[in-house]
Amino acid sequence: MVYPSLSFDNGSPIHPVSAMDYLPVESLRALQLHRLKATVLYAYERVPLFRRRCEELGVEPRHIKTLSDIRLLPFSKKIDLRDEYPLGLNGASMLETARFHCSSGTTGKPICITNTPDDIAVWQNGAMRCLAMYGINASDVLQVSYGYGLFTGGLGLHYGGEGMGCAVLPTSGGNTERQVMLMRDLGVTAIACTPSYFLRIMDEARKQGVDFRRDTKLRHGIFGAEPWTVEMRDNIERETGIVAHDIYGLTEIAGPGVAGDCEFRTGLHIWEDHFYPEIIDPETLEPLPDGEVGELVFTTISRRGTPMIRYRTRDLTRLRTEKCPCGRTMRVMDRISARSDDMLIIHGVNVFPGQIEAGLLRVPSVAPHYQIVLSSTDTLDLFEIKVEVTQEAFTDNVGAMENLRRKVLEAVKSIIGLTPRITLVGPGTLPRSEGKIKRVIDNRRKGQ
Amino acid sequence: MTVKQISVFVENKPGRLAAICRALAAKEVSIVAMSLADTADFGIVRMIVDDHPKAVETLAAAGFAVRETEVVVATVPDRPGGMAELMERFDSAGVDIEYSYAYAPGDGGKAVLVFRFSDNAKAEAALRE
Repeated sequence: MVYPSLSFDNGSPIHPVSAMDYLPVESLRALQLHRLKATVLYAYERVPLFRRRCEELGVEPRHIKTLSDIRLLPFSKKIDLRDEYPLGLNGASMLETARFHCSSGTTGKPICITNTPDDIAVWQNGAMRCLAMYGINASDVLQVSYGYGLFTGGLGLHYGGEGMGCAVLPTSGGNTERQVMLMRDLGVTAIACTPSYFLRIMDEARKQGVDFRRDTKLRHGIFGAEPWTVEMRDNIERETGIVAHDIYGLTEIAGPGVAGDCEFRTGLHIWEDHFYPEIIDPETLEPLPDGEVGELVFTTISRRGTPMIRYRTRDLTRLRTEKCPCGRTMRVMDRISARSDDMLIIHGVNVFPGQIEAGLLRVPSVAPHYQIVLSSTDTLDLFEIKVEVTQEAFTDNVGAMENLRRKVLEAVKSIIGLTPRITLVGPGTLPRSEGKIKRVIDNRRKGQ
Repeated sequence: MTVKQISVFVENKPGRLAAICRALAAKEVSIVAMSLADTADFGIVRMIVDDHPKAVETLAAAGFAVRETEVVVATVPDRPGGMAELMERFDSAGVDIEYSYAYAPGDGGKAVLVFRFSDNAKAEAALRE
């Protein structure tokens, strides 16, 4: 007698790790409340800053009776982690700690996050559920081109991939020439990296004469760790024939695997049995109902190393009210194409780099490489966007090139309502990403 | 006669044109004729070279945006009215000149003009008449 295999990649319609994704809503809320209470009590006992802030507000753990009582609790911010550097917000002792991760940010001291073995298991669970949702299984070869180390990208996807039984290729970032060679030679089917680094890999493949459809087995891209637009996703999919999945996460909350998109692409399902989301008005700090856009706030209800209570992510999004056709009960947030930290004020108008990216990429024949340059004279701001022309888009006709420039200008102008100076530059001349890319050069004097 | 011309995109940045010429020199490609069209922001360098495929390959490998175009070359009689006669021919053939530049072949002969027409074939026919 031959029994059918129990493994997922052998015909089972659902991977066991995905079971929680479909938990009935009432059970999910009950689980969240249970975990929230436990986490608040734990943090109150173990994290002095949290306790002090609760006392200032006159809140005690026993006051948390329903999920909406979360609004009684104090917020936390990145600056708290920095002020309390290195371990002031940690709840775990060294004996309980398995691993640190740090994030540098742009200025000053880094932040340190502690992970207990259970925290790593929770994080791995989130990453695995994302991979399972993307349709990745044990038969896949996963190239992890996120940086390994203090940054959570590399190890996060590595553990997720191993958990799924993938053959993991831990290339980390850099040495793009070798990345392309290994991808082709080992039959890589899925790659995880920042979207900007994947653009770099696409460049390198073109240079080597490697056609993704013809010469590789690549079918999945798992992209995150920086904001990117739907237009960028479409561009990548059109150029390479892969499916570009979105993965969300942040070091403070765990790492990649906090949320991801399903095949219906309604947004990103948040694994809210571990990461409880709220949307608040960033001005008044009042919670907003599902459906309204505001700042995303997370409470880690399954973590012990550095429990984060009402952590303000600075990411702007909304939680959707309608159910996703995939059947998952985990709430969906809109994909994040804007971080409030990235907002630029140009001529008094609020502009997000993602809006500019969306406009540029609506013009076919423009390469997805751009740079936003801001500078100021005594009297005015200069706002320039440099865009690379592709080999294919270049023509011998000056009028046609001027037209292309005008089209780019119109596309950007229609979205942001400002008239930047558009400069066409040669292919390959703008800086390329080795991880997270810096596309905005702001040379304006401070205080403007 | 129709010949191949290569066009290269150049940013308005110091050293770009020199970089193109240096890349060709390194592969021993000789530039026969050259013209530079520019706008406030960018330019297009047009060249006729002695080894056309090698030039395209070299510049593309160096990361430049390169295009090949066909242009018509015509010699101009070296006397007053020579140019006028040539232009009248194109006029009556009903072709528009998109751009043109001249060069001297260096053997002391006549001046040579390079043309890009709205319809190269038609212009060539007009020259043969």
